[in-house]
Amino acid sequence: MRAERTLPLISAVAAGIAVLALTLVATGHDPVVALGAMWRGAFGSWDTILSAVLPRSIPLIVIGLGIGLAFRAGALNIGAEGQFYAGAIAATWAGLHLNGWPAPLAIAALLTTSILAGVLWVAVPVLLRVRFGVLEVISTLLLNFVADALVSWMVQGPLQEAKRIYPQSDPIAASARLPQVPGTRLHLGLLLAIGLAVVLWVIYRRTLWGFQLRATGAGPLAAGIAGRIDTKKMLATALLLSGGIAGLAGGIEVSGVSYALFQSLSPGYGFTGIAVALLARLDPLGTIATGLLFAALEAGAGGLQREAGVPAVLVYLIEAVIIIVVLLSDTIARRRSHGRF
Amino acid sequence: MAPVLELRGITKHFGPVQALRGADFILEEGEIHALLGENGAGKSTLMGIAFGLIRPDAGQILVRGNPQQIRGPLDARQLGIGMVHQHFTSVPALTAAENIGLTAGWSVSPGKLYRRVRDLGEQTGLPIDPAVRAEDLPAVLKQRLEVLKALATDARILLLDEPSSVLSPAEAESLLTRIQSFRTRGMSAVLITHKLDEATRVADRVTVLRRGEVVHTGPASAEPPARLAALMIGAPGWAPQRASHSASAGEVRVRAQGLAVERSGPGGAPLREATFSARSGEVVGIAAVEGNGQRELLRALAGLLRPSRGELDVSTPVSFVPEDRTSEALIGEFTLAENLALSQGQGGAWVRGPWLDWGAVERRTEELLGEFSVRAPGPGTPAIALSGGNQQRMVLAAALERQPAVLVAENPTRGLDIKATAEIHARLREAAKQGVAVLFHSSDLDEVVELADRVLVVREGRVIELPEGATRQEIGARMLVEVSGAS
Repeated sequence: MRAERTLPLISAVAAGIAVLALTLVATGHDPVVALGAMWRGAFGSWDTILSAVLPRSIPLIVIGLGIGLAFRAGALNIGAEGQFYAGAIAATWAGLHLNGWPAPLAIAALLTTSILAGVLWVAVPVLLRVRFGVLEVISTLLLNFVADALVSWMVQGPLQEAKRIYPQSDPIAASARLPQVPGTRLHLGLLLAIGLAVVLWVIYRRTLWGFQLRATGAGPLAAGIAGRIDTKKMLATALLLSGGIAGLAGGIEVSGVSYALFQSLSPGYGFTGIAVALLARLDPLGTIATGLLFAALEAGAGGLQREAGVPAVLVYLIEAVIIIVVLLSDTIARRRSHGRF
Repeated sequence: MAPVLELRGITKHFGPVQALRGADFILEEGEIHALLGENGAGKSTLMGIAFGLIRPDAGQILVRGNPQQIRGPLDARQLGIGMVHQHFTSVPALTAAENIGLTAGWSVSPGKLYRRVRDLGEQTGLPIDPAVRAEDLPAVLKQRLEVLKALATDARILLLDEPSSVLSPAEAESLLTRIQSFRTRGMSAVLITHKLDEATRVADRVTVLRRGEVVHTGPASAEPPARLAALMIGAPGWAPQRASHSASAGEVRVRAQGLAVERSGPGGAPLREATFSARSGEVVGIAAVEGNGQRELLRALAGLLRPSRGELDVSTPVSFVPEDRTSEALIGEFTLAENLALSQGQGGAWVRGPWLDWGAVERRTEELLGEFSVRAPGPGTPAIALSGGNQQRMVLAAALERQPAVLVAENPTRGLDIKATAEIHARLREAAKQGVAVLFHSSDLDEVVELADRVLVVREGRVIELPEGATRQEIGARMLVEVSGAS
């Protein structure tokens, strides 16, 4: 990202931390101790970086990329959480049936299944949008609750472990698990996330299709009339791909971290992913940075709670301030640049 | 007795454009007064001033003989002036009753409000279901709601801005009859219209505006429609001279046979029957009063609307210059280079398989900026940063870059200054000389006459072909009145 874009982000983070510090003082905590605990929770050691921050950033980056793709085309996919779960359910099901497959094939099969599940999950809103003009903002959002209920049923029904004690699935086949860096929880998913970001960046910047997708989002009327783009088709394609990518994030999480399906597999990745994408201004490479930032904040929140006894949810304060400051500086910059020649 | 509304010597400038030049207008008690004029003659501006929406540069407003300062619609309503706007002004998500209550400042408790609205409907003979949301009303009832909103404020003077423009002829007829009946209740009304038959049928008196000047006032029955049409269009003598065209028309590029197109969205009008052709090398002007189906014709030619009936053959590629530069022709936040790439799509010289060579796009944009004298810092400038004239130069450059067989343009010089207008005209003529079939519509009849080799008139969805050399008067008459024996 260019300096003019990173500068507001850095000042936004600073503002967020300042607001958190003030809140800590106001609630009777020592801000130095608390912020120190937070820093140690994220960057205290190689272990926190490799096992807490980086693994947590993977679903955020992948989901952020998927949401960014839809937003770029002007489709507001708020249902990444549901698509993530659809992918996770499908990946778990596949993972339970892949015993005896060679690892690369098993992993490929599991991830492909998760992508397809994400595409299918978003296909309903796409159909509703194309056929009846139902806004995808609403339909994708509502399907999140359906997905939540579906997971709940799955882990107590069809996919529940053989012992039938806990509401969770059996572990997936060992061959379907993404390789890890030994001694850490960091897995191959990070490379997949970065690879996907680069591919998307190339598509947006260097291909006609990617350009037409951006045009559809930036000026749907002109895209249809001056650009003769089938904007309806473009919107549908973008939503389907977006759902597939969010589904992939669910697959990667099952294959790289949890190895099983359970109820609260996602601590709201699908929603944090919206902030991740927006803060990066939908730029794929920027999404890597903002995904890492939010992962670090949430890892730090863990340290805050463990060490300083401050509720972890206070970190959402920083996230909120960051979003507000960046959006504000965006609006101001846009107003300033509207001079005419 | 003093007239209920008198406007004296009203003058108004919008930037360099003089919309009104000392216009006088008198509305007598209990009369329906038609205000006639072409698009842009100043009708809506004059009534906007009477309703306080627009401040005049000079002039005086008298209500029942007393000079008044009308600073806004609230002042106007207090003086008993109500206005029915050309476009719907209701809040879509509110009910009919809530919309009326909002305008009139009535209590909002539903029971009381609904009763008052039902009473109002009965008194005026314009019943409406108070509980239906405005957005769910059909066009005719939406229009009725607009009228009711004006009447709810106890208006004694009603200003109606093209009230029938979105209605079918039968619906318009019944609305106008209703308005006529208001006279007996001591009300007076101004009917802004460009429809001559409407004016002569309903109104007691007519005033004709041309280019911001009142050119005629008198009883509606005194003048035949043809004479009124001549007044609206202008006397012979000052009509613009046609440029001499070297029309060497070639092969047929557009052929329409019994073409019909459904209306495109609200405010549109269906194209009912179009049979004509256009050849390589000619500039065909399409003259029409707003909302007669010309938009549908142009957009069908451009391939954006599908014919509902008939045949349409258009040679490709077709380039289209839409009316709305900033939303339909350009993406404001995109750079000029990006906008050029957008307009060329798959056909751009810089497209190789799936790849796009931005270096090539920028080089070509740079060249076009020079060729079309677009004043911009460079290909990386966002389109929104350009003035209207420079935006339109860029739009035309992109349209011609496609090497079109046919170029369709909708109001290609709307809002541009004289210099930019002249340049756009020269480009369109040059394109025709190079063998493009150019078809354009302008709501300014002078522009059509000046630029076109041949003129088609669209009136009530029907295309009428005028012989070469038709005068401005002949064209104007065809736009405004039914001529017996017309095809």
